[in-house]
Amino acid sequence: MHGFANPKRFLALARWLTPLALGLGLVLTGGALAYGFVAAPAERLQGETVRILFIHVPAAWLGMAGWMTIAAASLTELVWRHPLAAIAGRGAAVPGAFFTALCLVSGSLWGRPAWGAWWVWDGRLTSMLVLLFLYLGYIALAGASAREGASSRIPAIFGIVGVVNIPIIHYSVLWWYSVHQVPSISLGRSAMAPAFLWPLLVATIGFTLVFAAVVLMQMRALLADAQAEARMRRKALDSDMRHARTIH
Amino acid sequence: MRAGLDPWPFVIAAYAVGVLGTLALVGWSWLAMRRAEARREKARRK
Repeated sequence: MHGFANPKRFLALARWLTPLALGLGLVLTGGALAYGFVAAPAERLQGETVRILFIHVPAAWLGMAGWMTIAAASLTELVWRHPLAAIAGRGAAVPGAFFTALCLVSGSLWGRPAWGAWWVWDGRLTSMLVLLFLYLGYIALAGASAREGASSRIPAIFGIVGVVNIPIIHYSVLWWYSVHQVPSISLGRSAMAPAFLWPLLVATIGFTLVFAAVVLMQMRALLADAQAEARMRRKALDSDMRHARTIH
Repeated sequence: MRAGLDPWPFVIAAYAVGVLGTLALVGWSWLAMRRAEARREKARRK
């Protein structure tokens, strides 16, 4: 892993990994969503609204995975001072915030016909909304520290502290009474019919690949901006020094 | 499922937000990356 902290090696890998992850992700996601919208059977209790599952569950997973990426990058930055760690954290923030917002919106669109309410202040929904606010805070903090040339340690500490919310989201439906259902899938166990389970897995893998491609694109943009700025500064400094020598 | 509420407008809205939002995120990230990499090349050539 330490080898990929080198920006040159990272770029060499990211240049072919970005289109591969994006292409494969879009194909898998498109296929799974087409199946979910057109061919998936109506569920006994949820009826046709069960089709929202193929958007809502991958979005929830990626909202949480995005923050875990920020936390891992923040820890790497604080402990090993990897030059790319802060960029990786910032790269995961916007797609993570997007998928958290998508989870909330798709959940609301599912809740209205299923529960009779767009929103309820239960543990799962509230902790997911807190996650969205954490993302917005992180984006603002990391952006401000990069703009002002300040240390990226404060956003990194924020990224690590915010991870406390992830187990709260996961266990909220077990800890507190909720209208939100308990998990249907866990490691080695599923209460879901195969007609929903397999396309859901394909949609989750597809969305995850799209997420990875977006993170790589964001990282490449941030890295290119930083390199262009460093080059311009170096040139301005060289020009100033030449000018000073001419005067003396 | 609550009786009397047509589920399809909710399903269509969720898919529209999911698909269009994801494509917009991908397109915006792609453009931002291309622009930043072009800026870096320009700074290298100067």
